[in-house]
Amino acid sequence: MNDLIEIRWHGRGGQGAKTASLLLADAAFNTGKYIQGFPEYGPERMGAPITAYNRISNSPIRIHSNIYEPDYVAVVDDTLLESVDVTSGLKEDGAIIINTTRDSEYLKSVLKGYKGNIYTIDARKISMQTLGKYFPNTPMLAAVVKVSNIIPEEEFLADMEGSFKHKFAKKPELITGNVEALKLALNEVIKL
Amino acid sequence: MSIRERLSGNEASAIAMKQINPDVVAAFPITPSTEIPQYFSTFVSNGTVDTEFVAVESEHSAMSACIGAEAAGARAMTATSSNGLSLMWEMIYIASSTRLPIVMSLVNRAVSGPLNIHNDHSDAMGVRDAGWIMLFSENNQEAYDNLIMAHRIAEHKDVLLPLMVCQDGFITSHSIENIELLEDEKVKEFVGKYTPEHYLLNRDEPIAVGPMDLQAYLFEHKFAQAQAMRNAKKVILDVAADFEKMTGRKYSFFEEYKLDDAELVLVCMNSTAGTSKVVVDELRERGIKAGLLKIRVYRPFPAEEIAKALSNAKAIAVLDKADSLNAVGGALFSDVTSAMFVNNINIPTVNYIYGIGGRDTTTKDIHSVYSDLQEIVNTNKVNNPYRYLGVRGNN
Repeated sequence: MNDLIEIRWHGRGGQGAKTASLLLADAAFNTGKYIQGFPEYGPERMGAPITAYNRISNSPIRIHSNIYEPDYVAVVDDTLLESVDVTSGLKEDGAIIINTTRDSEYLKSVLKGYKGNIYTIDARKISMQTLGKYFPNTPMLAAVVKVSNIIPEEEFLADMEGSFKHKFAKKPELITGNVEALKLALNEVIKL
Repeated sequence: MSIRERLSGNEASAIAMKQINPDVVAAFPITPSTEIPQYFSTFVSNGTVDTEFVAVESEHSAMSACIGAEAAGARAMTATSSNGLSLMWEMIYIASSTRLPIVMSLVNRAVSGPLNIHNDHSDAMGVRDAGWIMLFSENNQEAYDNLIMAHRIAEHKDVLLPLMVCQDGFITSHSIENIELLEDEKVKEFVGKYTPEHYLLNRDEPIAVGPMDLQAYLFEHKFAQAQAMRNAKKVILDVAADFEKMTGRKYSFFEEYKLDDAELVLVCMNSTAGTSKVVVDELRERGIKAGLLKIRVYRPFPAEEIAKALSNAKAIAVLDKADSLNAVGGALFSDVTSAMFVNNINIPTVNYIYGIGGRDTTTKDIHSVYSDLQEIVNTNKVNNPYRYLGVRGNN
């Protein structure tokens, strides 16, 4: 991989975009990487647009600013596509990963001619199927790992299972559901 | 063996406090430092530390409680930001002039108003003359390391001054990054036990703390305080040397990054130093002799050492994350240029006020500063040394 990978997350307050960025930082850290995971704090409320960031590298990360030319963009909520310039600065040899069921014609029209790869995933369906509730961040996390190739899939799954066991020690029913959501998402992310 | 971890700057600071295990922590929550007392209070509840945690009703009381605890002979710590520090202001001076080595974690944030919760250095700059030792930290690692070194400096018998460890609010306080932690026993051994010479709870030596101090003595006491601040310089270096022996991590008054042969030099503090290192590397690849001087110890101000380190530059930019609103320039700029003047160094130097209220400072911004320095060298002319970096509406 390149020495420094930069990822920008777009979501709405309460959907877990910040948590997804922290989980990705954790997973990459556990494979020996240098990481940064940070949200852009604003006057956020439930439902308001929020941004979070990741830097992942094989060497120490010294830069401390937001990310303006990301390698990857993850959009957790497709209703943001018309109001937020999600492809701003996104590298053309990078990719955007969107949680959506909208068709490619619509997506291409709202992405303002973005020339890089566009991936979609139905995180709602996966989340409802595996967890019975709408938590888009777990499937989105797996989709970003799949597309960006930052962490080998097997290592990622094993590591996340360990994290879930720790995190949900008192709610074991969530462990299998979340692992299942990751596995489904790794297979169901589609390139347009 | 150090412990490889990933923590936010706030988590790192709370863990340093846990390992230090002070006698008293008194704090009132304020963004973005809230998490420090929050995490620390869980260590208290879990019995991980045996600290007396005082959940006060205001920052004025937080500092007052720290003063009371230190005067009694205990080791006391607190954390705050911005207007929290403003509310402490009266007691900040009492802590230092009463020579109580309280340690504070200051997570830098703009002082209102209008209301802004984001980072700049206006809180710290407001107390720069209050007699506290002030250390600045580029990232979570330095915030942690500076706290581990803090008590050894503050409590030294030649110093006895309170000390604050600064880091950038949100930018490092809320960013998860890699960090190397020390084992609990190593920290305990390094920090050592606090054994004050004079304290209120010593029944063999009844004393008064903070009584009237009028014309007959305050002048001499102020002189002793000033002497203590001068003494702190040697102690800071001695403690850093011991810390390096334990960790391999080297600290001094400031960090010189590719400064030896640098012609274009930037001076700044806290997280922007990291961003600037990236830019220095990019410029060096293009054959431009760029360098960085990152201030760690702002009080005492290492004037002579800074002047010497800057003496080979051709143009210098000093970045201030707070404006002094004096129509001349920021506080760090005044300190650096005065250090150069009294040490007979005359190099074109400009000031940039930057990053106010959390305005993001990018590599692009830092590149523009180095281009301006190149322009100064090329034309041998400085137009307006007092500048605002990237501000809108300055046409």
